[in-house]
Amino acid sequence: MSKLAPTPGQTVGPFYGYALPFNMDNELLAPGSPGSIRLQGTVYDGAGNTIPDAILEIWQPDSEGNIVQRTGSLVRDGYTFTGWGRGAVGNSGVYTFTTVNPGPLKAGAAPFISVAVFARGLMNRLFTRVYLPENEEALANDPLLSSLDPERRKTLIARRDPDGGLTWDIRLQGGDETVFLDFQQDGSLDLASGDQATP
Amino acid sequence: MPQDHTAQALETEELVPPAEPHAAHDTKKVETQADLSAEIQAIGNRYAQAVKDGKGPETMPRLDYAPYRSSILRHPTKSLHHADPETIELYSPAFGHQDVHALESDLTIQHNGEPQGERIIVAGRVLDGDGRPVAGQLVEIWQANASGRYIHKRDQHPAPLDPNFTGVGRCITGADGSYSFTTIKPGAYPWKNHLNAWRPAHIHFSMFGSEFTQRIVTQMYFPGDQLFPLDPIYQSIVDQDARDRLVAQYDHELTSPEWALGYKWDIILTGSKRTWTENEAYGDAGDEE
Repeated sequence: MSKLAPTPGQTVGPFYGYALPFNMDNELLAPGSPGSIRLQGTVYDGAGNTIPDAILEIWQPDSEGNIVQRTGSLVRDGYTFTGWGRGAVGNSGVYTFTTVNPGPLKAGAAPFISVAVFARGLMNRLFTRVYLPENEEALANDPLLSSLDPERRKTLIARRDPDGGLTWDIRLQGGDETVFLDFQQDGSLDLASGDQATP
Repeated sequence: MPQDHTAQALETEELVPPAEPHAAHDTKKVETQADLSAEIQAIGNRYAQAVKDGKGPETMPRLDYAPYRSSILRHPTKSLHHADPETIELYSPAFGHQDVHALESDLTIQHNGEPQGERIIVAGRVLDGDGRPVAGQLVEIWQANASGRYIHKRDQHPAPLDPNFTGVGRCITGADGSYSFTTIKPGAYPWKNHLNAWRPAHIHFSMFGSEFTQRIVTQMYFPGDQLFPLDPIYQSIVDQDARDRLVAQYDHELTSPEWALGYKWDIILTGSKRTWTENEAYGDAGDEE
């Protein structure tokens, strides 16, 4: 089968705020319910300033590591865990989700939450992952993490908060820039270097 | 449905920053369209030369595209890191008719009266890189009204709001990947990237594929827009063929007599990585193969 050329992405722009958010969009389960944790963090630009107009999506397995295929994310009933949520940052660049600790996708694997990042000024969505900080051995064996040098690797690992929640910041640019992922490996996405001569 | 509470929510929204930062204008001379067009042209020329020298075509926007000033501090400077998707990334969240009401695809019936402007139908299919329909997935759109104004407090463009138009729609794709919206043709609008900057008329689209790796947010444009060469966001896709993929085609077959003009636009998601079962691959509609 011949591959069709993909439709290009474009920035989410500044005006998504009346369209993409919805009621309980960032509550994969009700805050305070058994097993719920808060995932929170701040989104920064290359000057270290917070970004007030970014919106994130998370997609994750349940606490047992099962991939959920249930509808109802947009009209939540308060009981069904769908594994997906959306959260716009506030004016101070902070996002929050209420979710569960993801389980490992297979025995011994390092659990993580898959993340898509959108922002005004960001030309195309970015993919990344946030890993749970526990289980050093699983983290050490993770195919992605083990392919990164230690400085970059730590940008993908959340901090465990005293209340059991997770804190994980996103830096779109700079020395401690978050690792963003290319799943395609077809060359078309190797654009972060921008307008430079052919390598 | 989102539109019911939107107006009130906007009234009570907290203080929000201006639509674009002014810093670029404060410290140096005002940047004109001619300045920006020269930058756009220079980048385009270098890309054309690179292609001539054998570089493959680029299919996505440049993340680092300085003519869009807001991108300067918001693009990664390190290369995207290749990762093999894990199983969670080879699935997409599931959406269905519990999530979206059928009437949400008609943006002209969300209020008591008819919105102002040119009524249009925008329809097409969502397909993966192998041409397989993406069935039963969520499509979301948002847009300015006919006069180029968003119902968003941060939009301070002094064009009229339309009390009968919110500009938000959703639908779930059919078995053949099809979607269809009835709406109003959006107007062009000014922004503050540089002096006399105007965005070509566009509709924002958000789509999910069969895999999370196919997630896309983009903008659909209308054919023949004279603002295309001037717009840094459209031009951030440096390849003309790739840019063209964001432009809908007028389709008289889709036009509804004495009712609405039709525009057709198909969306091709990035190739899928998953090994498909026969049922998934061919959907309900079957396949010729």
